[in-house]
Amino acid sequence: MILVVILIVLMLVAAVAAAIFKDLLSAVIASCIVSLIAAILFYFLQAPDVAMAEASIGAALVTAVFVIALKKSSRYEE
Amino acid sequence: MTFLVDHIYYIGCFGLILIGMYIILAKSNLIKVIIGLSILDTGVNLLLIAIGYINGGTAPIFSRPGIEANGMVDPVPQALVLTAIVIGVAVLALALSLAIRLYRHYGTLNLRKIKGQKW
Amino acid sequence: MRKFLAIVLLLILAVGIAQSIGKIPFGTSKTKVGRYYIDNGVEETGATNIVTSVVVNYRGFDTLGEVTVLFVAALGLGAVLALKKKKQENDELERASLVLTSGCKFLFPFILLFGSYIFIHGHLTPGGGFQGGAVIASAFLLIYLGCRERKINENGAKAIESLSGLLFVVIGLIGLAVGGYFLLNYLPKGIPNTLFSAGIIPIIYIAIGFKVGAELTGIIDNLMEAED
Repeated sequence: MILVVILIVLMLVAAVAAAIFKDLLSAVIASCIVSLIAAILFYFLQAPDVAMAEASIGAALVTAVFVIALKKSSRYEE
Repeated sequence: MTFLVDHIYYIGCFGLILIGMYIILAKSNLIKVIIGLSILDTGVNLLLIAIGYINGGTAPIFSRPGIEANGMVDPVPQALVLTAIVIGVAVLALALSLAIRLYRHYGTLNLRKIKGQKW
Repeated sequence: MRKFLAIVLLLILAVGIAQSIGKIPFGTSKTKVGRYYIDNGVEETGATNIVTSVVVNYRGFDTLGEVTVLFVAALGLGAVLALKKKKQENDELERASLVLTSGCKFLFPFILLFGSYIFIHGHLTPGGGFQGGAVIASAFLLIYLGCRERKINENGAKAIESLSGLLFVVIGLIGLAVGGYFLLNYLPKGIPNTLFSAGIIPIIYIAIGFKVGAELTGIIDNLMEAED
């Protein structure tokens, strides 16, 4: 139970960091951490199917798509 | 205090939804807004799965004989969220491609600088 | 001003959401339909993974709609980004180092194998077409990052995508012709917990796996090929 509390606090900290960072690449990595911790929480909630989908899509493909889009546009928030 | 610990999943989802909503409302960079959308998406998915959970439950898979059917968690939210995640990445990629086109056309991603988007 | 307005709006939203979430008890059984699927799912569909039987059998029509949304989103992305393809001949790509290139080439078949394992065993273990397709797309992403000179065959990807979508619809239509409703499970269900069981569920999940893999690969391909 204490592990779940720590993970959820970390997830909220990462989400706040994604809101604060001016460097968009750092914000994308922070949102990737949110997805990764969400995948672990899905596993704790007895949903292994959803955990697999979230880990492979939310943490890998979404981050890759964001990074490619950042490369095609500008990296820093004005 | 025990109420908070019992509902810790709900609190996490609540926080994610609010943070995502704040990013969408307050930020002016288009890619930041899309990051907010993805965080909001994760929060809603987590909320749906947390509602379907049963205390001490097992995953809804009869992987070996002798598993009790009584303690299994609800499979319907899991099936809904499973497809929602996959749709989410496709919609996110579509939004990012629109952002790339806007950047190519206007040279900026700041919504307040883009002509005709004065809010 | 804008941030102040946003925070006021968020406070109102927070009160509303907290009021509604606070009324939901955590950790109790809530729906009868989920209980029905758990009690009767194995006899009715033959799949031991109840989530799979809900996704492909009980709510198969819904899944067909979701796959269509995915298809339309991939099509829209291609239409938004499609301008003239830039010619790669004159601007030389910087080659990656030998370690990265051979590491990617070494890992690629294993990731493909793992993805196929996930969607072939979707009715027995956690996993299925959507997850397997995503794993396959990440294998192609690895090739795109590591070996930039390799290109996938776009027409081949489109053909795989269309054929697997067609397979899904044709299986459903055969059910309509045989037993009277769309996506009827007309094949023999076999013994649960063996690979050849659950009738049409593995076939449909394999089709979904190929379709999702080809579509996500196409999305990554379109994004990478778009000019800066």
